Amino acid sequence: MFEYVWLIPLFPLIGVVINGLFGKSIKNEKIIGGIGSLMVFGSFLVACSILFRLLSLPSEERLYELNVFTWIQSGTFKADIGFLIDPLSALMIMVVTGVGFLIHLYSIGYMHGEEGFYRYFTYLNLFTFSMLLLVLGNNLLLMFVGWEGVGLCSYLLIGYYFHKKSAGDAGKKAFVMNRVGDFGFLLGVFTLFWFLGQNYNIWTINFVELSKASHLLPVGGIVTIITLCFFLGATGKSAQIPLYTWLPDAMEGPTPVSALIHAATMVTAGVYMIGRMNFIFIKAPETMLVIACIGAATAIFAATIGTAQNDIKRVLAYSTVSQLGFMFLAMGVGAFAAGVFHLMTHAFFKACLFLGSGSVIHSMHHALHHAHSHDDPQDMRHMGGLKSKMPITFITFLVSTIAIAGIPGFSGFFSKDEILWQAFANPYHGSLNYVLWGIGAVAAGFTAFYMFRLVFMTFFGECRITPKAKDHLHESPFVITLPLMVLGFLAVVGGYVGIPKVIGEVFGGIPNLFEHYLEPVFRISEEFAKEHVQVTAHHSAALEWGLMGTSVLIAVVGISIAYALYIVSPSIPAKFTAAFPGLHRAVYNKWYIDELYDLLFVNPCKALGRFLWKGFDVVIVDGIVNGVAKVTMGFSGVLRHVQSGFVHNYALTMALGMVVIVGFYLFR
Amino acid sequence: MLALNNYLIISAILFSIGTIGVLVRRNAIVIFMCVEMMLNAVNLTFIAFSKYLGNIDGQIFVFFVMTVAAAEAAVGLALMIAFFKNRESIDVEDINVMKW
Amino acid sequence: MLESLFFLIVAAVAVISSILVITCKNPINSALSLVMTFFCLATFYVMLDAPFMAAIQVIVYAGAIMVLIVFVIMLLNIRTETGRKTTHAILAGSIIGLFVLFQTCYFLTKGTLTGTKGAMDTALVEKVGHVELIGKALYTDFLLPFEITSLLLLVAIIGAVILSKRKI
Repeated sequence: MFEYVWLIPLFPLIGVVINGLFGKSIKNEKIIGGIGSLMVFGSFLVACSILFRLLSLPSEERLYELNVFTWIQSGTFKADIGFLIDPLSALMIMVVTGVGFLIHLYSIGYMHGEEGFYRYFTYLNLFTFSMLLLVLGNNLLLMFVGWEGVGLCSYLLIGYYFHKKSAGDAGKKAFVMNRVGDFGFLLGVFTLFWFLGQNYNIWTINFVELSKASHLLPVGGIVTIITLCFFLGATGKSAQIPLYTWLPDAMEGPTPVSALIHAATMVTAGVYMIGRMNFIFIKAPETMLVIACIGAATAIFAATIGTAQNDIKRVLAYSTVSQLGFMFLAMGVGAFAAGVFHLMTHAFFKACLFLGSGSVIHSMHHALHHAHSHDDPQDMRHMGGLKSKMPITFITFLVSTIAIAGIPGFSGFFSKDEILWQAFANPYHGSLNYVLWGIGAVAAGFTAFYMFRLVFMTFFGECRITPKAKDHLHESPFVITLPLMVLGFLAVVGGYVGIPKVIGEVFGGIPNLFEHYLEPVFRISEEFAKEHVQVTAHHSAALEWGLMGTSVLIAVVGISIAYALYIVSPSIPAKFTAAFPGLHRAVYNKWYIDELYDLLFVNPCKALGRFLWKGFDVVIVDGIVNGVAKVTMGFSGVLRHVQSGFVHNYALTMALGMVVIVGFYLFR
Repeated sequence: MLALNNYLIISAILFSIGTIGVLVRRNAIVIFMCVEMMLNAVNLTFIAFSKYLGNIDGQIFVFFVMTVAAAEAAVGLALMIAFFKNRESIDVEDINVMKW
Repeated sequence: MLESLFFLIVAAVAVISSILVITCKNPINSALSLVMTFFCLATFYVMLDAPFMAAIQVIVYAGAIMVLIVFVIMLLNIRTETGRKTTHAILAGSIIGLFVLFQTCYFLTKGTLTGTKGAMDTALVEKVGHVELIGKALYTDFLLPFEITSLLLLVAIIGAVILSKRKI
């Protein structure tokens, strides 16, 4: 079965070709959307069969490489077009194709009647192709191709409504910020390749060979630099501090795009990349510390901004940034499996949340359109009381919100709690662990608060929309609600594959299946950690239960505050903002980070650009070019007189040339 | 039997006079005649060598040169007529469209 | 001795008439001088044991090509050259022409005749006949070029017709 792995990226590529070349003339939305969705579904089926085949093998043999052909061969440098199947990539292709298929399906309903429908599906399929290349590629360069491809598709899809200036700007912002990260990624690849080759004569960028050579790498030193470069790439792609500001702006794209690219798959590429390269990252404790700190900081920072946003999608965007911060926190504390676990559950519930918000926006848009109102359909201040109008959307949305808030029994609880526990109990960062845990727990509390604020403002209370529009509010069509139901179901049960050990023991020794499944991928890191890291303290199960209870308590407190503020007495938030106007304004304006970046980077760049344009380009570059042209013109003005236009003169010159040539041969 | 060089020198003289004619005269027909003269000078060389080397091939070449000359005469004179129709002149100094 | 004298006279006539070709103001005079030159060349051909070539020299050049040229001159009613004097052009052209002459003569004094001597000589030409010799060579060794020549002439005819037509 494994030898058919090349089919997985091929299917979406076929979709790209068909829709890209002929989509405009097909016109029929059902056919275009059907082709796009079916291609991804085909990939999903192949991915399923590969996963089952993988599960049927013993865990040591769960590794397969398929080299399709040699792509670049130059001296000692060799890059293949090849695919790597191991538990990690098998999991990722399941997430990408599964969630991707549901979102394709959803898009058929959501994008109905949009201009450029075929363009949308072409981009979406191209994205799926690139993402699959990213996760399946067996070497760093092929991964980078996918890495760039998803960036490109992200740019194209954010700027999908390109006639809106804000959408075009947001696309550019995402692209440029990703460039910064990609620069780091490439530097990392170069340095790693050069370092291994120079010192150990191992010239490779293949993951399997790298993992075999990883025991040669020293701890710290240049490995820290390499991993920091890679991590810079991850911050760009996965929207971490300092390169996170593009993600909230990326909400300018269509909502299913936000669900697929900016929540479920692309932004998790950084996490995946660190998971894939875990055997190198584990050798750089300083980098691990940086990752953990940045992850925790991003988690709390984005969560605070999320509490004051009114745009439904922006709240979810900051929530995504915050949740990605949790994943990086997990990576930074060496809990790779926990991070990937959270990646998976987050893909389920966040995709469901985004699609749910899309359903709400879709409905709001139609209602406002019918009422000839120009209110923003994404603004939560115009919503309220939607639960009776849109029951399916409401239930799935609520379920996912509970999952993200970390209430026991739902998927988010298992993954988030595992991360928090590992942040507390990991052996790498000493006493800093308590700080990391504290920040994570508070961020989780904030998450519960703003997510329930979102739910209460949108679905509960009085309907704040104009009465005329209210009558037009209705549940979305089946093609939209079906993905919501599937994802909502997964958001509930998705966590049960990775039940934490302490809970499992209570229920008769259920093992943590997920961790066990990913164990071969992270074995090298585990062994390294066992050998080199001193386990400072042994933590008891009681402590873990206690921490778990604390984090659940914090989440419940967050929900209660939201309930108190937005259901019981909705006047309090206004009073609160009146009491602390400065604080509210700062949070509402995202701590002025965009303005700070404008001041620090964008405006100096613009000034430099203007100087280079007016000063350097116009005077020096154009001067040189024009100077050359002027000198040429001067000479030709003189030489022009040779071209008299008289046949006689040409004949004379020809004869003279003949005489000279014959003379040269006669008298030399 | 006369020395070969006698014929060759006569040929050279005729060729040079033809060249001068081409370069000096402005009447296209006279230039054309000068070209014919140059071709004939070369023909003389061919036949002289043919005789002194005892090989008939040179004369065959003369035959071909004459054919080319005939073809050239036909086309060249047609060109002149066409040119004359346009410009009412066959002075080569009137062929100056190439000058901008 | 007699041969040399004859040669000198013919050569002198050839050179003088050729100079007349390039100096006459009236193109008709030039054309007639050129016919004279061609006759002199035909004489040379006879002296060089090539009577057939002499015959076609007279027939093709003097008889056909020159008639054509004279026709064109008359058709276009071309008078003497008019317009500005171009002394510097005459000077430059003459100098270059003299250079050509000088170089050729220099080459003749330096060069030597090489190559193998063939079977053809006066006796053979008289015995077999010049026309037969030419014919044999032309229709055996040079058959293909000979045939291609006919193509060239065809092209020239078509070209001439097209160029001189008033409207195509």
